Amino acid sequence: MTSRPQPAGRNYQVALVALGVVYLAAIFAGFLAPYDPSTQSRDLAFVPPTGLHWVDMSGTIHLRPFVYEDGRSYPLRFFVRGAPYRVGRFFQSDRHLFGVDEPAMLLLLGSDGFGRDQLSRLLYGALISLFAGPLGAALSVALGLVLGGLAGFFGGWVDTVVMRAAELFLAVPWFYLLFAVRMALPLRIEPQEAFLMILTIVAVVGWARPARLIRGMVLSGRTRDYVVAARALGASDLHVLRRHVLPQASGIALTQAALLAPQYILAEATLSFFGLGVGEPVPSWGNMLAVLQRYDVLSSYWWMFLPGGALLAVFLLYYLLADALHERVAALPG
Amino acid sequence: MTRRLAALTLALSVVFAAGTDVASQQAAATEWLVSRADVGRPGGQLVVIERAEPRTLNPVVAVDAPSKEILARTTADLIHVDRETQQPQPALARSWTVSPDGRRFTLSLRHGVRFSDGQPFDADDVVFSFTVYLDEKVGSPQRDLLIVGDKPITVRKIDQYTVQVDLAEPYAIGERLFDSVAMLPRHLLETPYTEGRLARMWAVGTAADAFAGLGPFRLREYVPGQRLTLERNPFYWKTDRAGTHLPYLDRLVFVFVPSEDAQALRFQAGDADVTTRLSAANFEVLMRDRGRRNYDLLDAGPGLDYTFLFFNQNTVAPNDAPQVARRRGWFRQLAFRQAVSLAIDRDAIVRLVYRGRATPLWGHVPPGNKLWVNRSLPRPSRSPDRARERLRSAGFSWNAAGALVDKDGQAVDFTIVTNTGNTERIQIATIVQDDLKQVGIRVGVVTLELRTLLQRLLTTHDYDACVLALGASDGDPSTEMNVWLSSGGTHLWNPEQASPATPWEAEIDTLMRRQLTERDVQARKRLYDRVQELVAENLPVISLVSPSVLAGTTKGLGNLRPTIFDHHALWNVDELFWRGRPAGGTR
Repeated sequence: MTSRPQPAGRNYQVALVALGVVYLAAIFAGFLAPYDPSTQSRDLAFVPPTGLHWVDMSGTIHLRPFVYEDGRSYPLRFFVRGAPYRVGRFFQSDRHLFGVDEPAMLLLLGSDGFGRDQLSRLLYGALISLFAGPLGAALSVALGLVLGGLAGFFGGWVDTVVMRAAELFLAVPWFYLLFAVRMALPLRIEPQEAFLMILTIVAVVGWARPARLIRGMVLSGRTRDYVVAARALGASDLHVLRRHVLPQASGIALTQAALLAPQYILAEATLSFFGLGVGEPVPSWGNMLAVLQRYDVLSSYWWMFLPGGALLAVFLLYYLLADALHERVAALPG
Repeated sequence: MTRRLAALTLALSVVFAAGTDVASQQAAATEWLVSRADVGRPGGQLVVIERAEPRTLNPVVAVDAPSKEILARTTADLIHVDRETQQPQPALARSWTVSPDGRRFTLSLRHGVRFSDGQPFDADDVVFSFTVYLDEKVGSPQRDLLIVGDKPITVRKIDQYTVQVDLAEPYAIGERLFDSVAMLPRHLLETPYTEGRLARMWAVGTAADAFAGLGPFRLREYVPGQRLTLERNPFYWKTDRAGTHLPYLDRLVFVFVPSEDAQALRFQAGDADVTTRLSAANFEVLMRDRGRRNYDLLDAGPGLDYTFLFFNQNTVAPNDAPQVARRRGWFRQLAFRQAVSLAIDRDAIVRLVYRGRATPLWGHVPPGNKLWVNRSLPRPSRSPDRARERLRSAGFSWNAAGALVDKDGQAVDFTIVTNTGNTERIQIATIVQDDLKQVGIRVGVVTLELRTLLQRLLTTHDYDACVLALGASDGDPSTEMNVWLSSGGTHLWNPEQASPATPWEAEIDTLMRRQLTERDVQARKRLYDRVQELVAENLPVISLVSPSVLAGTTKGLGNLRPTIFDHHALWNVDELFWRGRPAGGTR
């Protein structure tokens, strides 16, 4: 068996780096965002993106861009003090990358119906939306690895049981199930907790597809020469599984995870769109898009579509990554 | 030959004369109701947007709003409250007298009226109709409205065109009792009634010729999922001042569009001529486009709906968790509710949620209800400082982080529930959440499907606070008895009390019962004013806002007089006509 020459890996690198930047931006949302995502400015509802100017009305060019407010110009400042925030559990600060002095407001991506800064919400919302993806995918694929691996390796009744269960899970209309689950949850849990619980359910229900794929891989791997040889040499089932079969499946698993992650990001967006995700005032890309269900917003405020653009960009990066991963896996021997 | 011819001619002319004599007797016998509206011209169709499909076309069992809206166009009542003047007017009853003690109504029916299938209408139909509505086995939702002093009304036929109605005790609303109680055709429904299958009659699949009604229109066809078409009732008993038989329109078509945004879209696209449930936001969108697309937008002013926030004040059950008891303790303190009311920015709600097309409220009767609103209630402006003062007086304080804590040092936080699918209520909850953050209270917002929500509110009482809205169909206090009586099933914050939990609820009970039998309008108003005062003082509900009624119609609809009462545009559908377009219709 000859191995194909490995692809240059550039796609892979680009995707990884780009995704890394995006995730870093989400983690440091507090620093990058000029405002707290829930601060309402009720006089500035549905304001289109603020223009940054370099040339003032008298024709002078300024090096530092500025915004106009009430006829005065407010220059853009860096490392300003603003609303306090935390990164993770330990790092706390109130310095933001950029901002303008009060009473001007820098609304680079416009504001929503309550006058909240869309850029800040996009950055904070990225935390929820972007981490929902890999978390859910990891859970699904882990479950799929275990169950699919067992089914493929042992065959027989184990296989039958697992595969029929998989079909059942594929057939369940999980979306409607989630409404029921939400109703059954107590009202008082933190919105993030409720959301995580729901996402876990989605991920658990979604083990079926990866499981089937893994099972296929394992089935084909089981009959390979080196596996047969290992068995002949007295290797236990667990040993064979661990050392020979699963490592092969892991390539597929990784690709699956890269494909599933955007699907779960979309699942979170869909849930939030229908009111099942994080509650107000916590932003997520899904609940930011939910407002587009209103005809007046859909037809009048174009900047409210931007979270959709962000989702699109992230999906493209993930697919690029999955593609690149797939090529690497395909290039592996066996 | 000549003699025979003469005899034949004579015979024929006698017959002819007798015939015309009989015919003119019949025509003279019909006592038309003459409309005072502008004289219009017949023809054309009107397409109306309806939010959901009707569940039945049987007036006896209809409960859902779409069924009732369609049935209101195909049926008629004895006495009808004019939606514009709010006064009862003769309908199928051409006149009536009331006994001095207010317990007996004698109605004189209009002569010569016929159902939409041509059969005559008389007192037998009236007696039959009331028998059906009052029969417990039939289970009509109308029955509750016809029980006065805990006893059903009795209806007796005096002669072919006179009926007598007796009440157990005087009823404040008097003859308004008869509004919207549809008169049924005995000739079609008596047999099914005696056979016990009346409730199943006239379901949505029934053929059009099996119906008969006294309204301006009759069913022509129903295509489920698409449209329901009504056609002109040729036997309708009204004419205009020029003697033309009403209604003017040939056809009335209902199209079904479930979501409010889709309704606005379809109206804008020209698929319909009338839409009456526009949200303020969509109203603005449509305003921008109206020149180009030939429609009129109408703001009928503050309506009868009122949105409010209320807290769970049910008694704590012995097996409830201590946090539940603690929260309930906060909610039951008047100072806490007052503080919440002072902290809420009602103007922001009017501005952001309703684009200015709403009125802020401090009492539960909105200004659109002109006959009953108490205009002397105080209207404290928003003041987070005064809110904090109230909280301090109730033993609350603030910790180092700025969060509100109660006497025992527990942080004050609660959840507001509201129903999914109503973006305005969710926005209101978000605004309240932010307002309460300013006084240190952490509030979560959770949305639930309506039926689940109602179950939590009315059955399991498992909630903290809720944003909800109520809307009376005619503004009369008697329609909200179940909300204000402490024993009422929709006494939202603490329903179905065995005995009033607080002195002010006991007072409201007394006042509501008295106003039900008080026939003097001024005295009744005073009683209900006091109820409004008590509600505004004790804040079982924190009234927030009352939206305006917004509608849109294609240009050129004559006699259109939108009101805040149902049906906002079609209450006088028999008088609507198209100007300038003989066979008008959608744009």
